[in-house]
Amino acid sequence: MGALLTEAFVASLVVGAVTAGLPLLLAGLGEQISEKAGVLNIGIEGMMLIGAYTGFVAAYYSDSLWLGFAGGAGGGAAVALLMAVFCVWLGMNQIVIGIALTLGAEGLTALLHHFQFSRTYPRLPDTATLPIPGLAQIPVVGPAVFDRHPIVYLSVAAVFAVVWIYRKTHIGLNLQAAGDKPAALDSAGVDVAMTRTAAVLVTGAMAGIGGAYLANVGAGLFVPFMTNGAGFIGIVLAMLSRGRPTWVLYGAALFGISLSLTTALQVGGVNVPTDVIQMLPFAMVMVVLVLFGRRSSLPAALGLPYVRGAR
Amino acid sequence: MARDSAAAAVDSEDAAAPVSAATVELRGITKRFPGVVANQDVDLTIRPGEVHALLGENGAGKSTLISMLAGLLQPDEGEIRVDGRSVVIDSPRRALQLGIGTVFQHVMLVPTLTVAENLMLGGPWWRRPDRDAVVRRFTEMAAAFGIDVDPDAVTGQLSLGEQQQVEIIRALWRGEGVLVLDEPTSMLTPKGIERLGALMRRLTARGIGVVFITHKLKEAFDFGDRVSVLRLGRMVGEIPPETLRGLDEKTATDRIIALMFGHPETPEADTPVERAAAIEGGRMTRRNPVDPRAPEVLAVEDVTLERPEGRPYVDGVSFAARRGEILGIAGIDGNGQKQLAEILSGQRRPDRGTIRLDGRAIERLGVPERHKAGLRYVTDDRLGEGTVAPFPVELNLVIKQIGEPPFWSGGMARAGAIQDHAEDLVEDYDVRTPSTRTPIGRLSGGNIQKTLLARELHGRAKAVIYNKPTYGLDLNNIRSARARIRDAADAGVATVLISTDLDELMELSDRIAVMLRGRLTGIVDNGPDARRRIAELMTGVDRP
Amino acid sequence: MMAGVEPEGGAGAAAAGGGGERWRAIGRSVLLTLTPVVLALVVAGLILVAVGVDPLTYYAYVVDRGLFSWLGLQETITRMAPLLLLGASLIVAFRAGIWNLGIDGQFLLAAVLVAALAPPMAQALPQWVVLPVCILVAAAAGAAWSLLPALLKAYQQVNEIITTLMMTFLGTSFANVLVKLFFRDPDTTVPQTRTLPVEDRIPRLFDTTINSGVILALIAVLVVHVVMTRTAFGLRLRTVGANPKAAVHAGLSVPRLTVATFAISAALAGAAGAVEILGVWGNVRADWNPGYGLAIIPLVFLARFNGYAVIAFVFAFSVLSIGGESASRRLGVPHFYILVLVALLLIFLAMVEYIDHRRRQAKSVS
Repeated sequence: MGALLTEAFVASLVVGAVTAGLPLLLAGLGEQISEKAGVLNIGIEGMMLIGAYTGFVAAYYSDSLWLGFAGGAGGGAAVALLMAVFCVWLGMNQIVIGIALTLGAEGLTALLHHFQFSRTYPRLPDTATLPIPGLAQIPVVGPAVFDRHPIVYLSVAAVFAVVWIYRKTHIGLNLQAAGDKPAALDSAGVDVAMTRTAAVLVTGAMAGIGGAYLANVGAGLFVPFMTNGAGFIGIVLAMLSRGRPTWVLYGAALFGISLSLTTALQVGGVNVPTDVIQMLPFAMVMVVLVLFGRRSSLPAALGLPYVRGAR
Repeated sequence: MARDSAAAAVDSEDAAAPVSAATVELRGITKRFPGVVANQDVDLTIRPGEVHALLGENGAGKSTLISMLAGLLQPDEGEIRVDGRSVVIDSPRRALQLGIGTVFQHVMLVPTLTVAENLMLGGPWWRRPDRDAVVRRFTEMAAAFGIDVDPDAVTGQLSLGEQQQVEIIRALWRGEGVLVLDEPTSMLTPKGIERLGALMRRLTARGIGVVFITHKLKEAFDFGDRVSVLRLGRMVGEIPPETLRGLDEKTATDRIIALMFGHPETPEADTPVERAAAIEGGRMTRRNPVDPRAPEVLAVEDVTLERPEGRPYVDGVSFAARRGEILGIAGIDGNGQKQLAEILSGQRRPDRGTIRLDGRAIERLGVPERHKAGLRYVTDDRLGEGTVAPFPVELNLVIKQIGEPPFWSGGMARAGAIQDHAEDLVEDYDVRTPSTRTPIGRLSGGNIQKTLLARELHGRAKAVIYNKPTYGLDLNNIRSARARIRDAADAGVATVLISTDLDELMELSDRIAVMLRGRLTGIVDNGPDARRRIAELMTGVDRP
Repeated sequence: MMAGVEPEGGAGAAAAGGGGERWRAIGRSVLLTLTPVVLALVVAGLILVAVGVDPLTYYAYVVDRGLFSWLGLQETITRMAPLLLLGASLIVAFRAGIWNLGIDGQFLLAAVLVAALAPPMAQALPQWVVLPVCILVAAAAGAAWSLLPALLKAYQQVNEIITTLMMTFLGTSFANVLVKLFFRDPDTTVPQTRTLPVEDRIPRLFDTTINSGVILALIAVLVVHVVMTRTAFGLRLRTVGANPKAAVHAGLSVPRLTVATFAISAALAGAAGAVEILGVWGNVRADWNPGYGLAIIPLVFLARFNGYAVIAFVFAFSVLSIGGESASRRLGVPHFYILVLVALLLIFLAMVEYIDHRRRQAKSVS
């Protein structure tokens, strides 16, 4: 075991965990916002994928990673807008629409990719990082965590920003009321549908940035179906986090570590099949559900369209 | 216009100034719903510094009336005046501006937020909620009203009484004008009720006008300065403070009972022919004496259903219904009637007790077996559990007989048999439906109820339990449903009729039991004196 | 929270019969189905135009290759087998109000077990023993993989969407672990299971290349359709799905029926895996996952859980996907395009249904 904890192993593990975990963090945090407001956003996988594509396209043609993230946010939010129109305004089935949007995003991005990039598979240049003075000099972990693209720091900061928003702002109060007791929010004079729409749009934007990170920073290129279930993991993170943003952070870190464990183990000289490691997070989720299933807390009005006067 | 809200009120100095207590008058208010007149020509005056107790049975129109005060509904006719000025209350927000705050029967607080956060709800999103200001004002008001609730407590963890106090503060947040309390005691413990009474006293002492809605006589007498009675949508009487003060409790409650339930002195019919005519016209109670030797069809003994904590839902209930008898069960909603009905029907297992149908113990049987044995249950929740809305009428008619002949054979549905059966019943029970294949959810409430009655009464029904069988129906359907119940009983069905409508019970029952806090507190023979005795048992005015 | 998926009027199929109303109802549902199909084809066509492909040429080519060429048609029908079994699986689940989104995992695990089991069995036992036993084992494996979500849903009210999705991710990885670590064929360089010889596979239909598993699949869909619409058991499941409170009122045991729903649905998904392996592939390669699940879910919705319609839609989808695969080689439009088409279909279907619902509500109010 001692040999396992080499510098190379730990460094590889942490680097991989951050790269794999960040999209999950953004997806999970975004999904949590939707769920808090009472919308089960199954379409988040599609939002991530579209975000990955538009983010890559924006970054590729503008040569700016920042515009890439903006493009990702815009793409994700556009899909989210469809979700909001169908599910929040028209009250259609959130699961059916969510799956449809995911399928559509998969097909559309693969199609567009095929016509644009399939011959060339262009890559973005390696990402410039922003080392945080002092911290980046910590051995092993420093370069892995504190010498990254600023979006990493911003995303982690977003977790705490969301904590603050939940606790200290009217937005947070409105979100929670929209999910737990929409009638109370309505009677306080706040439009429930608008609140939920805003939440879904923010979710889309965050998922889109997560997708863009996956493409632009993680891989350096867009590959069809590259999200590979990350959105669904985001849903699980949100459901298990019980409305606490920091839990999404821990969960994303945990999933990120499991996902990067294989590579790290290989670096450390141990050959464990990827698949065994990949099972860990899901198995963990099931264990948690078996143990605490009854107590898993979801907003009371989750998944239900709000109609005034109907109880 | 600035977004005005309870929270914004804190931010701007002037809005926090109390609206001076006002007189609110309802004049000639009429409100109709399809098929029902909920309020007809109602006058009501709410005066500062006075608790105005508004009494009435379920369905008397109390909720509609306060919904109009709260800005949720608009009257069809009549006007609302505040301090003599005619106003239109077109939103809950407008009502608050006018100083009319309402606390509804169901809690309207977000259970996962703290008290202070609930009070901040609705503020402009771009502004930071000023928690300190809210807490300051809350503490001030709480102190003034003698309320002791921690503003940082999570609302869902407070007792219902405390949540109600928070809602009262919120209702008066914009100014201490008029406070409307919709059946505020229905979910409180006796201790909580006492506290609420004291709180109302303190509020009126500050000049606030309180409308206190209840259906408990004792509470109306104890807490009300003035008592008004609403019956079938009309205001049938008012006892002003001068009079009320001069009455002792018995005289007062007698007078209120008289107003609430109509005058007991129904002219006696002398001859059998006159009696029959009176019954026919629905003017009189069914007092077709049931042969005391008739066999006991449904015998219930010591049925008890415990609750995880607190007193049992159903507590040692015993009774027997004879062949052809209608046994009424009166009581305010939530005293265990629903649970009792579910135990009898087989939907719920009691913790102990026996149920016999024609002498045979049936407490181990499930719903379909009991249904087959002739024990039927007409639920009060027609759409929620009585029917499967997207299923056609014909399937809803056999939903308690899934798999049984003649509708299924060898597990396969016999479409012809199901359809024929449905067509017969639809005709017999006068269900107005485009076809027997129409999804039942598209029928009107009256026709859904007819379908349920058809399902439960057809075949060899021996004992039928009805739970509020006419609740929410219009007059014609009420009449036809009651006729069905009576006819079935005349044909020999032992009937248990659970209802909160005393008129209905008086009209149909031979004997009436009263259920209070899970127990049967007494069984009264239907007769001239029954109404008063039931009302007393029902409202907890226990007098030997 | 997910109750009420029972299509209105769909239950009317419990009683067959004539009458103008029936025809009108059929006409209405044809209209409700065709409108979204046409809209989806048009909008998807616009996307083709955007990438510089003539949509008419494309559609014509797809139909020609997937339907009118004999070779293509045989492939199309073979492709239908697993899809139909998965469709049957979802008809049961959705009609009973259970969101079994875990069919991919159930399918894959069953496929791997069968791939491991069949070759050694085939050496010792006659084919007529091997094939049924393998299909039963696959069904049992599928059902076993749904047990945890089933129990959690029935007795703890844990949302099955999340649990079945988790089990699907878990199952996908677990299937790979099995292929790579336990059932790996030592004679190949690529990790895969041993291969079932062609002569031991599910026989082909007459002189065609069609896998006769499709017959089994067709029977499964029809049986499921009849069970769900005509039998007492099916009505019990549908009652639970449409209104669990009414089910309790009618004396049904909701938890037991919930577990039964999961078991049947997942067993059918497992059988789909067996048919795919025993009929088409003969082995499982590592990382093989056709991902039929997400594609079939919308189709079953589109078909409003009706077995006949599922057959029609699965046929259409198979034509599209086989034709689309040809077209991707020939016209350079990747077959992912089919996903866009399906997604658009689903969205337009939901929209048309919403409009129809509103219109009818407006009518019943007036």
